[in-house]
Amino acid sequence: MKKKTRISNRENSNRAGYLFVLPYAVLFCIFILAPVVLAIVLSFTNFDTIQFPSFVGFLNYINLITGDEVFMQYVLPNTVKYALIVGVGGYVLAFLLAWALANIPNPLRTIFALILYSPSMTTGVAMTVLWKIIFTGDQTGYLNSWLMDIGAINEPIIWLTNANFLLPIVIIIGLWSSMGVGFLAILAGILNTDESLYEAAAIDGVKNRFQEMIYVTVPSMRPQMLFAAVMQIVNSFQNGQIASLLAGNPTPGYAAQLVVNHIEDYGFIRYEMGYAAAVSVALLLIVQVFSMISTKLFGEQD
Amino acid sequence: MAYKGHKINPKKFEPGQIKIILIILPMVLLCGLPIIFIIFHAFKPMEELFAFPPKFITTHPTLDNFRQLMKNSRTASIPLSRYVFNSLLITGTVVFASLIFSTAAAYSLSKLKYKGRAAMMQINQLALMFVPVAVMIPRYLVVNVLGMTNTYWSQILPLIPLPVALFLVKQFVDQTPDSLIEAAYMDGAGELAIYFKVILPLIKPAIATAAILVFQQVWTNLEASNYYVNDDGLKTLAFYMNTLTGATSNTVAGQGVAAAASLIMFLPNLILFCILQKNVMNTMAHSGIK
Repeated sequence: MKKKTRISNRENSNRAGYLFVLPYAVLFCIFILAPVVLAIVLSFTNFDTIQFPSFVGFLNYINLITGDEVFMQYVLPNTVKYALIVGVGGYVLAFLLAWALANIPNPLRTIFALILYSPSMTTGVAMTVLWKIIFTGDQTGYLNSWLMDIGAINEPIIWLTNANFLLPIVIIIGLWSSMGVGFLAILAGILNTDESLYEAAAIDGVKNRFQEMIYVTVPSMRPQMLFAAVMQIVNSFQNGQIASLLAGNPTPGYAAQLVVNHIEDYGFIRYEMGYAAAVSVALLLIVQVFSMISTKLFGEQD
Repeated sequence: MAYKGHKINPKKFEPGQIKIILIILPMVLLCGLPIIFIIFHAFKPMEELFAFPPKFITTHPTLDNFRQLMKNSRTASIPLSRYVFNSLLITGTVVFASLIFSTAAAYSLSKLKYKGRAAMMQINQLALMFVPVAVMIPRYLVVNVLGMTNTYWSQILPLIPLPVALFLVKQFVDQTPDSLIEAAYMDGAGELAIYFKVILPLIKPAIATAAILVFQQVWTNLEASNYYVNDDGLKTLAFYMNTLTGATSNTVAGQGVAAAASLIMFLPNLILFCILQKNVMNTMAHSGIK
């Protein structure tokens, strides 16, 4: 029980509290909440940005599930694959790396952490050019030249238009830039676990570092694990944008078409805003499912 | 021999740690090399850009690419200085306003009691999960309806609320002792004075962290320049740099310029993070969702 303080009793806090939160709340409602609500509303309409939206009920959702072959054949499987490897895989990787970093001393730890974190600062467009240079499709490309050097390939591969390689490339870039805020939160969480817990666990029969990690470290930092999971999921979906920056939208053969690219395709290229909104809502729901699973795993369990 | 439990967060280097370092080294290299590559590339002279087979390391570093970048902008209709000015104005305003608004909101949500407080916190927490690209289109419509298209406002206001920033600052304010606020209150301080004189000095690490996060969002933001403004004179440096990396990176000569442009966009982020990284780690320790 929290001690009752004078602060909590102060009646006049009330009005001041609203005033302090007001500027943020107003902007939040206009630019974050309203768009989400609007997306849900628009997803039940047919809207081409010129005429006033007309209500179509669940038509967009029915089309999405039954009529959109590109979505079912390419976008959804690609997104699931991408989310599992970059979202879930990246999360596990972030934890393992953070745990390893916690076991080495400074300044090496800080230097490594900085290097691992730096790619996530480049999110979006800042580094598109980098990948374009590395994956150039003729023998002057860095990867091609190097692979031909060591004899792995004889002919240069046109990476960014080759349907076989595009999704793996997008996944690798996703993993590359996935050590972000979530990773830092996990690292801080591990570094702040109570040392006496480890001693106690050893007495209770924990035999090695792996057991320590599972039975001591993870349970003692559930809140950070949850925060990191949410960050990881959201960032991985957000970074899917890189596919259309590298290979255009739609990506060749829809090879690396992810939900975010599908939204862009319908929204800003075909101007079918109602349908794009339905896909957006689907994406928000997918993220919601992932974070519900995370909450199940790491939320308070009492 | 019974297992003693080992120490996390070691203070000294021990031989046993070599194993761990070897395990993480590949990932560190994978993350670091592309960054080093872009730095090398930005300083490559023409003959090294054209070198075949391509070389990773720059042997004769030069500023030619940066000079070319300046030259390109001179022939463009909008001078580079205009883009720089726009970016500084927009980034500066957004970071400043965002910090004021989120710290004030954090103080209110954490320390002041009133109806609806818990619900507001819940909504903000839920908003952590809103993938920004998912609501790109409706946000564009909102900006449009408000009549802000083609103004600085459209590039400033939508970027101010950042749920992660508020969340982290609020978690940090939770850690500050109530007794300090109480003491200030007893001395006759009002809410505003407590906010400025007690809370803000105590939460500097969280402010620094929020500053970094907001800065990263705004500095490289393209959405606003691409969709909210048509007037090139209002667009940002990020937009201009992106046109360079997009249009010219297909030619070998353009690659050097594009790399230079990428570096200019990336470096401020890196420098800011290096300076403030202690604060970030301090804030992240309180980042948990309960």
